[in-house]
Amino acid sequence: MALIEGKTGNWEVVIGLEVHAQVVSRSKLFSGAATGFGAEPNSQVSPVDAAFPGMLPVINRFCVEQAVKTGIGIEGKVNPTSVFDRKNYFYADLPAGYQISQFTRPIVSGGSIALDLPEGRSRTIGVTRLHLEQDAGKSLHDQHPNLTYVDLNRAGTALMEIVSEPELRSAEEAGAYLRKLRTILRYLGTCDGNMEEGSLRCDANVSVRKPGAPLGTRCEIKNVNSIRFAMLAIDYEARRQIDLIEEGGVVKQETRLFDSARGVTRPMRSKEQAHDYRYFPDPDLLPLVLDPAEIERLRAAMPELPDRKKERFVQDYKLTPYDAGVLVSERQTADFFERVAKGRDARAAANWVTGELFGLLNKAGKGIEQSPVSADAIGALLDLIADNTVSGRTAKDVFAEMFETGKDAAAIVEAKGLRQVTDSGAIEAAVDRVIAEQPEKVAEFRAGKDKLFGYFVGQVMKATGGKANPGTLNELLKKKLSG
Amino acid sequence: MELCDLTIAQARDGLGARRFSARELTEAHVKAMEVARGLNAFITETPERALIDAARADVRIAAGDARALEGIPLAIKDLFCTEGVLTTAASHILDGFKPPYESTVTAKLWAQGAGMLGKANLDEFAMGSSNITSYYGAVRSPWRRRGDDRPLVPGGSSGGSAAAVAARIAMAALGTDTGGSIRQPASFTGLVGMKPTYGRCSRWGIVAFASSLDQAGSLTRTVRDSAIMLRAMSGHDPKDSTSATLPVPDYEAALTGNIRGLRFGVPKEYRVEGMPAEIEKLWQTGIEWLRAAGAEPVDINLKLTKYALPTYYIIAPAEASSNLARYDGVRFGLRVEGKSIEEMYEATRAEGFGDEVKRRILIGTYVLSAGYYDAYYLKAQRVRALIAADFKRAFETVDVILTPTAPNAAFAVGEKMDDPLAMYLNDVFTVPISLAGLPAISVPAGLSSEGLPLGLQVIGRAFDEETVLRAAESLERAANFTARPPVLS
Repeated sequence: MALIEGKTGNWEVVIGLEVHAQVVSRSKLFSGAATGFGAEPNSQVSPVDAAFPGMLPVINRFCVEQAVKTGIGIEGKVNPTSVFDRKNYFYADLPAGYQISQFTRPIVSGGSIALDLPEGRSRTIGVTRLHLEQDAGKSLHDQHPNLTYVDLNRAGTALMEIVSEPELRSAEEAGAYLRKLRTILRYLGTCDGNMEEGSLRCDANVSVRKPGAPLGTRCEIKNVNSIRFAMLAIDYEARRQIDLIEEGGVVKQETRLFDSARGVTRPMRSKEQAHDYRYFPDPDLLPLVLDPAEIERLRAAMPELPDRKKERFVQDYKLTPYDAGVLVSERQTADFFERVAKGRDARAAANWVTGELFGLLNKAGKGIEQSPVSADAIGALLDLIADNTVSGRTAKDVFAEMFETGKDAAAIVEAKGLRQVTDSGAIEAAVDRVIAEQPEKVAEFRAGKDKLFGYFVGQVMKATGGKANPGTLNELLKKKLSG
Repeated sequence: MELCDLTIAQARDGLGARRFSARELTEAHVKAMEVARGLNAFITETPERALIDAARADVRIAAGDARALEGIPLAIKDLFCTEGVLTTAASHILDGFKPPYESTVTAKLWAQGAGMLGKANLDEFAMGSSNITSYYGAVRSPWRRRGDDRPLVPGGSSGGSAAAVAARIAMAALGTDTGGSIRQPASFTGLVGMKPTYGRCSRWGIVAFASSLDQAGSLTRTVRDSAIMLRAMSGHDPKDSTSATLPVPDYEAALTGNIRGLRFGVPKEYRVEGMPAEIEKLWQTGIEWLRAAGAEPVDINLKLTKYALPTYYIIAPAEASSNLARYDGVRFGLRVEGKSIEEMYEATRAEGFGDEVKRRILIGTYVLSAGYYDAYYLKAQRVRALIAADFKRAFETVDVILTPTAPNAAFAVGEKMDDPLAMYLNDVFTVPISLAGLPAISVPAGLSSEGLPLGLQVIGRAFDEETVLRAAESLERAANFTARPPVLS
């Protein structure tokens, strides 16, 4: 447990996260309007989204399916009946004056997310609920000196609000939670997880207490738009609360905004100013009833999720948990690896993907989906190592060229004459030549200076232009030197 | 016979037999609309549109291609959104609002060949029982008490619709009924007013008052016309999640004239304190009429009737307070500028809404507030479920239920106006049915001692409008209501 040191002793920080994940869907939760990012303001708005008189919401079943899949993915209970409620408040970018959400009866109850922490540690965090709701529009305050403009393109877009139990105990754990949740959402294709575009947003509830003491008063921090900011905001807020209490102050329950430019949180509204949302069931919508057979169909069609995949990689491919964890963090990476590993030495495949490939991708600032070298091409290179056509050392150079030019391994090996010499006669001749040329070094070696073996290896390699098969070379050299 | 006196069924025959054209029929009604402008039945008159609709109808008729409402000029309650035509809900806050879409129900009527005379006046946002809360001024009933020339209210909220049909301006009118807004004005003006089962007609494109109660319906001069209108208006709409996925029967075919063996319930709880003896007497007469036609009266209990009104006045305002939040001056309608967004909201809503609407928004906001929700809204929802169960139980032993429509006849403009609670009592017999989502019809059954129309209400099982219409037609035949508003004589 990560504790924070204060003047009066150690403190424990208690964190619960509310994540808003925009559902991947071509149309909105209750209207047929499109959802594309970056469109002209107010170009993706139906009269339903703009809350024109007499307009009625109709549930988008695809968004419901996406929420069900996510619920299954976080091991939650999918409720056969859930209810849409109205959350009433006035704001210019909330056209109806209420948001359609789920309050008392969410579509998913419970769930859990396993955190992957440093040094192979792991913790499981409970999920309280997942519910479906509409997003609001956007108020644009910077378009005119004294007017606010409203863009309703986002109004009515489907969100999943995923609420964690207050079980996170450090900014690091909060970061791991968000990363893992994002990985799961991306595996499922239910949210693209893009925090820069706002399709994954997070509010953090933070309180502090002395270990073992009852929960402290919490503050809700809004507007944290990246995992890094979430961690910074939590650390700042925890320290602020500790300092406040230790100086004799009292934490007030309030909503605070994270100012990413200054790295601080500042008050937004107090508990007294909090809205009374006057939730009540939306009379325009019937309760959302799911057919159990439909839930089972979705469950059966679930992709393998990261935790299961990692387990399988460790078990079937004998990978270290660390390597397996790295490989499953993105579904594309895991798929790429499996394609390389198929019918080959899996550990070698893992090393090449996480080592050479990731190294060059990072340097080039590219993701795996933009890799200039395909999984099959890496596989072909590994085959050349396995059948002794090239040495592992040479292969790295070949790979760098593959990455650069997009050519395949065999063509590069041929063109550059990098084929490894496996003909023992040719190697033997080279060994003989080196031994004959260096009688005094041979004598030293034979007198017990074992370290010189490496020197001879280097000499023979040089003589063969680096193409000698290392195994054969070692074997012959050992025999000749001792003989 | 004057063209404006025809029923839809008669006009259909006349048009089919080429005794007159749709243009002649519509022109007669347009003229009547001008003559009766003093009633203030319309917020927006659309005579040019009506004549174009009629010209199109004549083409179809000439081609032998007439549809169910071909050439029939109608009044449309100004709560229905009509594409490109001012739609106000009788509220200042919708100033200048011309919807870019057509409500499902009006679109269905146009698809059957009907024409639009105009948008009928109503209580603001359909909140009221007298049509005095309209921003566009009160509607006056074409009726008068015997020997008394004081203007009377037409009832509400579909008061403009009722006045238009009663005054022979429109052959029929579209209304909406949330707690009695079709049936009570029908009773006040001597018309047939039908509120179908909740879910029978789409609510898409109707300015919402209380979403779980609002239902489109019609005001007509006969039960047969009511059947014709209902068939044209009904049907599943994928754009309204609460609309029923049921086939639409041929309601006219249900008017067999035979109610032999029908069991009708008479709930003693509808004998309310202070109800005039003449209404009680009319109810007894109605019972006798149905018995004489071969139906069997059954005494039933609807024990929770007295809780219906308070329940309604929690649920309806609660939903309204949320439904009316969208009128904020940001996107359409009235905007009164302010220094901040909050000031703009406050100024816009203060100026845009009338007193009754504000009262209901306040009540609704209160009953949904933290700390009050359980005691009011949640409890009201429970009572509502019990009221529905009460009816369900009753319908295990009876086919329809017969009650008066309203506890009084029309009152004069100015009477009952200072006490909102007294006004709410007008809905005492109609509200329980709305809470239960059932179909009900008001049929003109007689005149009060002052010469004003009184209606009887037939209530049916959910989605059994056919039996309701059949029983209503039997009452209509027995009552032989031929009285006409004095202004027409």
